[in-house]
Amino acid sequence: MSDATAVRQDRHNAPCAFRQLDSERLRELLHRMRMVRRFEERAEESYTRGLIHGTMHLSIGQEASAVGVCAALREDDQITSTHRGHGHCIAKGADVGRMFAEFFGKESGYCRGRGGSMHIADVAGGNLGANGIVAGGIPIAVGAALANARLNTGRVVVSFFGDGANNEGAFHEALNMASIWSLPVVFVCENNGYGMSTSTARSTAVASIAERAPAYAMPGVSVDGNAVSDVFEATGTAVARARAGDGPTLIECRTYRWRGHSKSDRNRYRSKEEIDGWVERDPIARFERDLIEWGHARQADIDAVATEVERCIDAALAFADAAPEPDVADLTAWVTTVAAGDGVRVER
Amino acid sequence: MSSAERSYAEAIRDALAIALEEDERVLLLGEDIGVYGGAFQVTGDLVERFGELRVVDTPISELGSAGLAVGAALNGLRPVLEFQFSDFAALAMEQIVNQAAKMRFMLGGEVSVPVVMRFPCGSGTGAAAQHSQSLEAWLGHVPGLKVVQPSTPHDAKGMLLAAIDDPDPVMIFEHKLLYKMKGEVPDGRYTVPLDRAEIRRAGDALTVVASGIMVHKALQAAEILAAEGHALEVIDLRSVRPIDRDTIVESVCRTHRLLCVHEAVKTLGVGAEISALVSESEAFDYLDAPIVRLGGAETPIPYNPVLEKAAVPQVDDIVEATRALVTGRR
Repeated sequence: MSDATAVRQDRHNAPCAFRQLDSERLRELLHRMRMVRRFEERAEESYTRGLIHGTMHLSIGQEASAVGVCAALREDDQITSTHRGHGHCIAKGADVGRMFAEFFGKESGYCRGRGGSMHIADVAGGNLGANGIVAGGIPIAVGAALANARLNTGRVVVSFFGDGANNEGAFHEALNMASIWSLPVVFVCENNGYGMSTSTARSTAVASIAERAPAYAMPGVSVDGNAVSDVFEATGTAVARARAGDGPTLIECRTYRWRGHSKSDRNRYRSKEEIDGWVERDPIARFERDLIEWGHARQADIDAVATEVERCIDAALAFADAAPEPDVADLTAWVTTVAAGDGVRVER
Repeated sequence: MSSAERSYAEAIRDALAIALEEDERVLLLGEDIGVYGGAFQVTGDLVERFGELRVVDTPISELGSAGLAVGAALNGLRPVLEFQFSDFAALAMEQIVNQAAKMRFMLGGEVSVPVVMRFPCGSGTGAAAQHSQSLEAWLGHVPGLKVVQPSTPHDAKGMLLAAIDDPDPVMIFEHKLLYKMKGEVPDGRYTVPLDRAEIRRAGDALTVVASGIMVHKALQAAEILAAEGHALEVIDLRSVRPIDRDTIVESVCRTHRLLCVHEAVKTLGVGAEISALVSESEAFDYLDAPIVRLGGAETPIPYNPVLEKAAVPQVDDIVEATRALVTGRR
């Protein structure tokens, strides 16, 4: 159909990402966003079929923030993630086969089946890990940034967290430390409006999470978290500042999760109208329209991305399905690196 | 190797200086550890010697600082975090228990967390209920942590250097009343294993397993009882996690009696674990008397000095418990 859409010629008016990134890179971002979406939809389906143990926290509807942020990072930059972290993991470049394997509790998973969805990590790819504790990753990100500064790696750490985390003590302690020491870290709050069922209006004294920033003498910016280019632009500025040694930034990405908090959520605290309103603001559909509008893709390109993502997801699920289970004999492996004291006998 | 008489605090400072000197990745973090020299003057002049980038005064943010240390350790530094009082571990438990201890396991062995946390602990300073606790059993309950309690200046230095070398999180409980205690401490680098108890005094009448400052009280009691003809074997537990089962069991097989002594509250304390592991071991058949535990009273530490003293085991309590055990009078 929409090849009929007129391609705008006034490219200087295009949002940042459409000017700074070439078409190939932009289509790659679409690929990542669609991968996050389809990964989670297929994970949800696998859960319903009983293939996934426990619970999971889906970020469907929030793909632009994860992908927009990571698009502004170097490959060796690092992130800390959250319980709603599948998008961050994929956006940072993780292999979806190993992610599905982790969800299935398999030995080939990123955490050898020991962590599951809530602890998914890809350390080699710069993802220091999702976290089951709200705000748990924020001080860790600051510490990781301290190490990067001391070791002169030039790497920046992004700490993803949700709106709920902004009321944890760890958030405030971490932002303060990052600021007094001007550490190369960027704080990204994905404000999806609810900490589980409690709205930010009911839980948070400030109207915007970005308003927390002045208390720690750092820039605070609030962006449309469903606009991948806006997220990319804000992150780019923050990362440049961090890398230059000028200290941290707090970015609020205003977004929405279409699904419930976790699999047990009965959605008693939101109306269907509210959810439908946000579904209409689908970040992926919007990015696709923008790609066409600014002449970076045609509908055929977008369809090709979708086809390619399906192929990847099918292959990833097949890989995870065939992957081996952990050996019960290894139950206590990986608890410590060496047995206490001997300093020689390395486990396994 | 040459040696010198040093206090427990000086021995720790010596270890920190060696580590800072040898390895650029070593970083000290803590509240008032810089120009102030630490709440108990343990870090002393280290900031003058190594600078503010290596000896970092943190804000009063125990939770944040613990997380900071975890993140720094994940990314290749070797942070040593000093808490002003072990009681403040309560403020940082999330990062210690949910993050530091579990990170390696949760990530399937992809990372190590080589962080050291030092906790000044114990009563006897009139600091009352929130600055006097012995909380080693809390952390000893968590797989993924290593928990030690050095009782001498020699071990304080050697175990700290071993802890900094160790790739896993090591929690060190230092009894505050030991900081001024002097002992012979070798110069230069040496390490003491983090998983071995030490027999401080050999004997055949009774095994006393004591930890931290109680080692010294047990040794005093052993001196008194020796005059009465009872030869106590005093084992310095040193490591709470892991517990050196073999040393304890082997000793009880020889002495046939066991007394556990710690300052921490008795109920659900380390003594209960030692008692249970001996009961489950081959030493059970050798026991000639029930196992006895001495521990802190079931109360927060009181301020009043008489009450404070009464709240934790004293030499007389150990002597009395031992007499009852070796004579069979209970």
